[in-house]
Amino acid sequence: MGSANAVTVARTTPRRRRYAELLLLILAIGVAAAGYVAANLGYSGTVPTDVISVVGAFGALFLVAHLAVRRLAPYADPLLLPLAAFLNLLGLVLIHRLDLADADRAARAGRAVPRADALAQLTWTAIGVALFIAVLFVLRDHRVLQRFTYTALALGIVLLLLPLLPFIGASINGARLWLRVGPLSFQPAEIAKLCLIVFFAGYLVVKREALATARTHALGLDLPRGRDLGPLLIAWAVSMGVLVFQRDLGTAVLFFGLFIALLYVATERRSWLVLGGVFFVIGATLAYFSFGHVRERFFVWLHPFDDPAGSAFQIVQSMFGLASGGVLGTGLGIGNPQFVPFAKTDFIMATAGEELGLAGVFAILIVYAILAQRGFRTAVAARDAFGTLLAGGLSIVLVLQVFIVVGGVTRLIPLTGLTTPFLSYGGSSLVANWVIIALLMRISDGARRPAPPAQPSRDEALTQVVRL
Amino acid sequence: MNNPLRRLAGFAAFLLVALMANLTYVQVFKADELRQKPGNARTVLAEYDRERGTITVGGKAIATSKAATGGQFAYTRVYPEGPLYAHTTGYFSLIYGATGLERAENPILSGTDDRLLVDRLTQLLAGRAPKGGSVQTTLNPAAQKAALEQLKGRRGAVLAMDPTTGAILAMVSSPTFDPNPLASPQSSVERDAYNKLQNDPASPLLNRAIAQVYPPGSTFKLVTAAAALSSGKYTKDSLVPAPASIQLPLSTKKLPNYDNKACGPNNQTTIENALKISCNTAFAGLGLALGDQALRDQADKFGFNSSFSLPLSSATSVFPDNLDKAQTALAAIGQYDVRSTILQMAMVTSAIGNRGIVMNPYIVAQKRGPDLSVLEATTPSEFGRAVTPQVAAELRDMMVTVVASGTGQRAAISGVQVAGKTGTAQQGGGRPPHAWFVSFAPAKDPQVAVAVILEDGGGATEISGGRLAAPIARAVMEAVLKR
Repeated sequence: MGSANAVTVARTTPRRRRYAELLLLILAIGVAAAGYVAANLGYSGTVPTDVISVVGAFGALFLVAHLAVRRLAPYADPLLLPLAAFLNLLGLVLIHRLDLADADRAARAGRAVPRADALAQLTWTAIGVALFIAVLFVLRDHRVLQRFTYTALALGIVLLLLPLLPFIGASINGARLWLRVGPLSFQPAEIAKLCLIVFFAGYLVVKREALATARTHALGLDLPRGRDLGPLLIAWAVSMGVLVFQRDLGTAVLFFGLFIALLYVATERRSWLVLGGVFFVIGATLAYFSFGHVRERFFVWLHPFDDPAGSAFQIVQSMFGLASGGVLGTGLGIGNPQFVPFAKTDFIMATAGEELGLAGVFAILIVYAILAQRGFRTAVAARDAFGTLLAGGLSIVLVLQVFIVVGGVTRLIPLTGLTTPFLSYGGSSLVANWVIIALLMRISDGARRPAPPAQPSRDEALTQVVRL
Repeated sequence: MNNPLRRLAGFAAFLLVALMANLTYVQVFKADELRQKPGNARTVLAEYDRERGTITVGGKAIATSKAATGGQFAYTRVYPEGPLYAHTTGYFSLIYGATGLERAENPILSGTDDRLLVDRLTQLLAGRAPKGGSVQTTLNPAAQKAALEQLKGRRGAVLAMDPTTGAILAMVSSPTFDPNPLASPQSSVERDAYNKLQNDPASPLLNRAIAQVYPPGSTFKLVTAAAALSSGKYTKDSLVPAPASIQLPLSTKKLPNYDNKACGPNNQTTIENALKISCNTAFAGLGLALGDQALRDQADKFGFNSSFSLPLSSATSVFPDNLDKAQTALAAIGQYDVRSTILQMAMVTSAIGNRGIVMNPYIVAQKRGPDLSVLEATTPSEFGRAVTPQVAAELRDMMVTVVASGTGQRAAISGVQVAGKTGTAQQGGGRPPHAWFVSFAPAKDPQVAVAVILEDGGGATEISGGRLAAPIARAVMEAVLKR
């Protein structure tokens, strides 16, 4: 993706480019507004009466975010906020469109119309954006986080274990990864994800020299010493723990992939990838033979049409939805994405594929690609190793999560449950992803900010090339 | 750390490209295969979401698609005449599927017929949603209304056809139903309506005119008479034994006439008089004299043991195999295991009016494309010859006497010569017999043939067919003849 040259150029011109950000935000809001109208037109042939207030809410929310960035992180990458906003707003449109179908279905069955999920998601968006601003406000320098390396680890593990507690832990759809307090349910794994990235970045900054240099030679490979295998074993254990106790295959794979990638970045040793692969195969084999639900997922992936109405119902419905969308899609509000179970959460990409077509999902995937690319750029540009690892980890987790869930619902890989970042319905996921964007923007602001005011800015910027 | 990061960025790009490649595979290359998979509700729904063609009677739509306001589908199927044509159109239900012409002519109505491929493509290119073609029926609205009115409140059926072409003019089964709620976009309405109809002991969904067989009773004497006259051994004036009752061969049972009287002096009567007063013993004797094979052959020539596609498919009328003598005697008067649809008896009657030629029945006159171009027009076709023109004329004359001075006088229309035959079919099990009437008019130049049945038709006497069913036939014939 990003080349070294591009990064250098970006750093030699410390332009804030906040108007580019504003323009792109307006574009994202415009697309979402058009989508909102189109979904209603397509579904019922009427223009929603609240279109002005909905677009106003979108606009106000992200105008505030934009103004906060101008003040708190003026040099931050100008693409991150609009891209995330675009995905978040598109997700709101898709959830609203599914709400329409749900309301209709309830009315036809004579049931009360359920609460609009889009409204809840809009509230979570507001909370997410507020948290985004709060992170930028409180965390003026990302290196502060390095101090909390082990606190983050402890917090992450506690969060992962919380759903197992009686009373507040809850099983939803067979996976015990929820916290439930009154009417609120929360998926702590999403926040734990952030904590574990902070831990690994902080841990590896300190240990990377040792992990990279002290080697033993075995099996024709340059391998790390046994005592340095600690972090890998922790990663493996945490992932397996998630898998065993919470039956959450997706999160387990996500964590493991994240840890291996960060080890590789920190040590620049490919042997970690090889070892990670070996551990992954061992873990996967163990899981396959130990857990019925893992075997079932695997079988359904290989033979979805053996039991299309039973165990493979979800994936088969998802494939039907994608097929009916074709290249250009049915158009918003015109397909039947509500046939796919969990259309608002894990299977939101099936909704996009059906109504926006291949063209639409390509656009979404390209937005993820640009988002990740800006994240990796930020990692490369970061002035400190902790920043690099943190930004790298956040970018990797974004891409991996998209791959695991979208690959799952399109049958590229076995289906495991995960939310699609920013698109899926779900508060914890949305909030966590806005924190990711805030952290990336904080790091990128630090990387692109001109050096201390004592020196004239333009020359200073040029000298920074040398430091890269 | 930058080199691993760049490689990871490259790997991230690879992952996303892999997703895109797989999505292209699923949404483009595998899409058609997935759309055809059984259990793909979207493909079924697509049919419920396009403008379906109309079914018409005399230029008026009896089933049409109306643009829906709100809801899941673009169109709602409506039946402007409600219950009147319910058994012809059938219903078009998302949950319960389609019946009647909605089902039989689905390729035309939905626009998926191969002949509509060009229309589909031009509509697609013009940016319009594909529309279905229309189906024009042969029904006569006046006859249909008369039949429904006459049957109201009773269980039974009427089938009227043009004897010279086989075109169905009226097809009514009572009780009928309203197909509109079954096509409701609201599934709760659909379910309620369907469950109510399913649980109704009168089986309103059953098309009694073509899908149900009944013992034909005395109307079957027309077939026995046809066999007798065709054998060359008899004319309508031949004297045959006609005692008050006959002992069934190899049986302890006796077969009596309805009034337990002989049908003529010296226990003899002519075949003409036997038909006129529906003499059981005379026809049972004729059946025994002719043998079951002769009866079966004659029945088959009229269309028994065949099924017909209007394109609504009819039940098969049956003249059973391997009858012993007692059974043959009973079969000759339309009892024992002889079973006939109303359609079949209308065909027998039509063939007698049509100089002995049985026409294939049909209810679809024309199929048109969405642009109203005629895709297919039904040309009348012969099923075969049942009897010679001479035998047909003799049978006709006998049937004229039935209406003029016999059991079918209530079918008489002033100024028109009507040929008819009554029937009362014993059901056994203590249930009252079915009342039958078949007729055609005008006798010498028939324009309409009718068969009527009233289930459990009332009195246990031969008169019930004439008393209850004949007026219904008359009303329908009058409607066709505009009397």
